[in-house]
Amino acid sequence: MITYPQQRTCPYHPSPGYGELRDGTPLRKVQLVNGQEAWVVSGHEQARALLADPRVSADRTNTGFPMIVPAGVAAIQTAPNRPFLVRDDPEHNRFRRMLISEFTVRRLRQLRPEIDRIVHDRIDAMLAAGPPADLVTAFSLPVPSLVICRMLGVPYADHEFFEKATSGILRGRTPQESTKAGADLLEYLTALAADPPPGLIARLKRERVGTGQMSLDELAFTALLLLGAGHETTASMITLSVIALLEHPEQLAAFRTGHDAVPASVEELLRYLTIVESILRVAVGDIEIAGEVIKAGEGIVIATGVVNRAEDAFDEPDRFDLGRSAVHHVAFGYGVHQCLGQNLARTELQVALPALFDRVPGLRLAAPVGELELRPIMTIQGVNALPVTW
Amino acid sequence: MHVEGDRDVCVGAGMCVLTAPDVFDQDDDGIVKVLHEQPDAGEEDVVRQAATLCPSGAVKLLS
Repeated sequence: MITYPQQRTCPYHPSPGYGELRDGTPLRKVQLVNGQEAWVVSGHEQARALLADPRVSADRTNTGFPMIVPAGVAAIQTAPNRPFLVRDDPEHNRFRRMLISEFTVRRLRQLRPEIDRIVHDRIDAMLAAGPPADLVTAFSLPVPSLVICRMLGVPYADHEFFEKATSGILRGRTPQESTKAGADLLEYLTALAADPPPGLIARLKRERVGTGQMSLDELAFTALLLLGAGHETTASMITLSVIALLEHPEQLAAFRTGHDAVPASVEELLRYLTIVESILRVAVGDIEIAGEVIKAGEGIVIATGVVNRAEDAFDEPDRFDLGRSAVHHVAFGYGVHQCLGQNLARTELQVALPALFDRVPGLRLAAPVGELELRPIMTIQGVNALPVTW
Repeated sequence: MHVEGDRDVCVGAGMCVLTAPDVFDQDDDGIVKVLHEQPDAGEEDVVRQAATLCPSGAVKLLS
C-alpha cells in the first residue's frame, strides 16, 4: 500500500511515486503520512461526484477528518470562528454569499486595467534592477499581493509582514512556528478590522458586522483566508507557469503568438501544474461509489494532482498542450466550495504571463530546474525562488 | 432546449458566464441570471458545457 502524499521531484509533475494511483482504479484506501487511513480518489468522474455530494463534509472538527495540513493551518481551520471554507452548508453558504459579488466575472473585468497597471509596474522595476532577478520576489509574489491588498483594503506597506506570516503558517520549520505565524496574522487582521482602510474588509464591517450577520472575529478569519489564498496561490501559479513554458519552447512559441488563446492556455496551465494537490473531506453518510462503500466518518482525499492527469478525462494527460480544452480540470475544486477567487486568479494569470513574455523576450532560467528548492508537499506547490536572467 | 438557473443553490463561481456569456450573467450579488431561457441551436453545445462545469448544479437543462 502506498503512502500519500509524496513529495514532487519536478516542480510541475505529481510525484513519480504515485504510479499505483494511476492504474485506472478510481479510489482506494491509503495510509496517509500522518498515520491516518483515508480514501484517496484519483478518478475524474468520482472526484467531481464526491466534491458535489452533500454527504461529503469539509468540517475539520470531524474526528475522521484527514488532517494532512501544517499545524498553523490546522489551528485556524479548527478554531470556533474558522473560515467558511472549512464549514458546511448552510453556514458556508451564508458566508460565501456575502463575498461573491467581489469576485464575479464582471467585477474582475472592471479590475483588469488596475491589474494590468500593477503587472507593468513590476516588470518596469524588474527590468530597471536586473538582470538577473529572483522572479518570485520581483514579480510572481508582488503582483497578487498588490492586487489582493487593493481589493481587501490591506496596506501594501505591510506586505513583508503578511507574506512572511503566510509562508510561516504553510512552511514553518516547527509546528510551534507555524501556529505562532497564524496567531500573529490573525492578531494583525483583527487590529486592522477595528479601523479598516477602504476596501472589502471595511465594507463587510459596515454591512455585515454592523448588522449583526458576522462577528468581528469571523471578519478577521475571513480576511485571513482571502489574504492568504489571494497571494500564495497565484504567486505559485505564475512561477510554475514560467518554468513550464520555458521548459517547453514549442508551447512558449505558441503562447507568445496566440494572444486570443490565452484564456484556454491558462486553463491548461491550471490543469498541468495543479498547485493544490489534495482536497480534504470526510464522509458524513455512507456513500456507494465505483463498487466501494465509503462509510460515514471515513476520510476522503481528492488527489487533484492525479485527477487532473486522468487518462479518461484528458487525452495524453502528461503532455503539456496549450491547444487542448482543459476547462473540466479540478484545479479549483468542484462543488459548493469551488474556489471563490478563481476568476481573480484567471485574470491575474491572463494579464501577467503574456505581459512578462512580451516585455522580457529573452527571459530564461538562470539555474537548472533540477536544482530549484521545491516546497513541501502538504502546502501549496511551488519553488522558494526562481533565478532568471534575460 | 430550455435553461433554468437555480438561484438557491448557485455559489457564484461564474463558470456559466465564462462558458456561455450570451446565455448567462451574474446579478449584482453574483448569483446566476439566465439571459436566454431558450438558447439558439448554435448555443446548445456551450450551454451543455456550462451545465457540466457548474459546480453546484445551479444550471439546469430541461429539454
